[in-house]
Amino acid sequence: MRFALIGQPNCGKSTLFNQVSGYKADTGNFPGTTLTFTKSKVRVFSEIVELVDLPGAYSLAGSNPAEREVLHYLTFNAVDVVINVLDASHLAQGLNLTLELMELGRPLVVALNMMDEAARVGLEIDGPKLEELLGVKVLPLIASRGRGVRTVFTTAMLVARGGITPERPQYHPQIEKAIRLIASNLNGRARESPLAPELMAIKLLEGNAQLLARVEGYSPQARPLVEQAQKDILETQGQPAIWIFNAARHEKAAQLTKQVVAQGEKRRSKRDYLDEILLHRFWGYVVLAIILWLFFQIVYGVGSLLEGPLLESFDKLAVWLASLIGPGSFWADVLTGVVQGIAGGVAIVLPYLAPFLVGLSILEDVGYLPRLAFLVDALMSRLGLHGKAIVPFILGYGCNVPAVMSTRLLEERRDRFIAATMATLVPCAARLAVVFGLVAFYLGPQLALGIYLFNLLVIALTGHILSRFLPERSPGLILEIPVYRLPTWKAVAHKSWFRVREFLVEAWPLLILGSVLLAIFDRLDLARWLNAVVRPLTWVLDLPSQVGVPLIFGIFRKELSLVMLRQALGVVDFAEALSPIQMITFTVFVVFYIPCLATLATLRRELGRRDMIIISAITVVIALLAALLARGVAIIFL
Amino acid sequence: MHLLQVEIGKSVRVVSFEGGHKLEHKLRQLGLLPGNCARILRHAPLGGPVMVEVDGRAIAIGRGIASKIHVEEEAAPCGSL
Repeated sequence: MRFALIGQPNCGKSTLFNQVSGYKADTGNFPGTTLTFTKSKVRVFSEIVELVDLPGAYSLAGSNPAEREVLHYLTFNAVDVVINVLDASHLAQGLNLTLELMELGRPLVVALNMMDEAARVGLEIDGPKLEELLGVKVLPLIASRGRGVRTVFTTAMLVARGGITPERPQYHPQIEKAIRLIASNLNGRARESPLAPELMAIKLLEGNAQLLARVEGYSPQARPLVEQAQKDILETQGQPAIWIFNAARHEKAAQLTKQVVAQGEKRRSKRDYLDEILLHRFWGYVVLAIILWLFFQIVYGVGSLLEGPLLESFDKLAVWLASLIGPGSFWADVLTGVVQGIAGGVAIVLPYLAPFLVGLSILEDVGYLPRLAFLVDALMSRLGLHGKAIVPFILGYGCNVPAVMSTRLLEERRDRFIAATMATLVPCAARLAVVFGLVAFYLGPQLALGIYLFNLLVIALTGHILSRFLPERSPGLILEIPVYRLPTWKAVAHKSWFRVREFLVEAWPLLILGSVLLAIFDRLDLARWLNAVVRPLTWVLDLPSQVGVPLIFGIFRKELSLVMLRQALGVVDFAEALSPIQMITFTVFVVFYIPCLATLATLRRELGRRDMIIISAITVVIALLAALLARGVAIIFL
Repeated sequence: MHLLQVEIGKSVRVVSFEGGHKLEHKLRQLGLLPGNCARILRHAPLGGPVMVEVDGRAIAIGRGIASKIHVEEEAAPCGSL
């Protein structure tokens, strides 16, 4: 059995998914947080079911990659039942998609989510009546509190077992004729697809180019048929087919809403007035600055409180362990490497990473990020992008990988390229560890903040220059601003843990391995050769040649640059080996140069190999220029 | 008159828009096509987007698009459904 969750952006699909699957999908109060699908095994009626969480889509027409993903998935994967999650407080918009899903020819269940939210704005929804009008099971749900979840899944199971498919809405007779004609002429593999041939015919008439190209492969007569039908419809109805389909669904959805929704008294709560301040033309920006400043202070405060004592204990441990084996022996060096790798994770990275991720999760779940997009749209449009591009940017401070993935939110390829380049220049949590562990710890938090501001400036400049080279106009912002939601501690804890775990599982072993490798390199005197290779670079930047190896390993994981630096320089206290100016130069270079391996892989997947190489090259040039500039400024002022 | 020229708090009815079917699609999803009613909630400063309320939900629209949506002022506020 396979269940698929489908719904419009920000309707709470992923919240429902996480209620039943433990924590797997990334939720956030931002339209379109799920960009690829996530799967999980769930037990319903003692049967194991595969549950698929598909990205949020306003429709199946596919105007952005996330939406195309949904139709693509349904074309190639048989789904036993579709669970359509709807935001009950915005029923009319949601029903547009429901009507489209009824055409799939797959069993369907409708879950009316956020019933509490609907009640808050005074909407009374007659669920049973909607069920009767649609001919599809309609169930109430409050996914965030886990209410109604069980009933949704047991009903879905019964519908799936019964194999009951809904009757699709009917269109104008001329269009119905065209649908039937095209559907009956689809043959071969189209017949094997789990989707109804009528649905395929509708999508072809709507002008889905990818689907047409695919269908043409086995039904060569499809293209002339579709094109002729589209022409006929345009002639007699005076509108392209896709407009007619959309208008028909829209009208039907509005009609249904009128029949089942009664508007009671609207209860305006404090939350409605919050925007008066948070989006105010002056105070909005003041609050924004305060939020970012607090965020920074908390991350630094927690991190620096822990870093010092933790590092000290690990150093004592390393010395004690080495003394057990015999200092100077091969195994003692390896063991010291292991301890230093562990210490790098526990003492240098986690103290900053954990509070950062908790803070980001709270901001996301509250619904502040779309408001941020609203506030900064004017600024972003000067960089040739629009407000939504702030999302990859903000996510980038956590990790560049989800940041690059989230560029899919943007409609145009050009925007995605610029946003991805900017996102890779954002200092992620790993680089945050370098900035805080080196600059903030030794030279004070003001200088760390300075590096962040400098970084912003460089990113803005890069965006500006890139949009000059790619002068196409950005389509502009259209973004739904969701209501504020109080984040539940469970969701925040789960999400933060989910992201911390990524570090523990993926990065930490590499950190330890890199640390051990370096110990061995040192012993065999291999590091000298690697250092010689990058010496031209370190020479230009006036850094010690031993810095070469940490920089090379930094491409694997950014934390390695710092963790391995201690070992490479052979000191416990960086101040013994690096001058303040060198610390700044090194940090600025690390902040900008080549993204880590995981980000490179993501860039390649999202934009292709060519763009990946171009972006990497851009970052090296920027890193070199920025580091030299920072060095110059530091010499003047320090 | 287009969307940017409307004062905050006023209700408007969409008359027409300039754009292809991509924009049409987007606007339809948000319920902002000719004939629909919207209320202007706020403007962001410095050439930022305009925020409107349509069918009880808030939508931010960048200036580029907003200037392509032609509207006329409505005397009565939009019905909530």
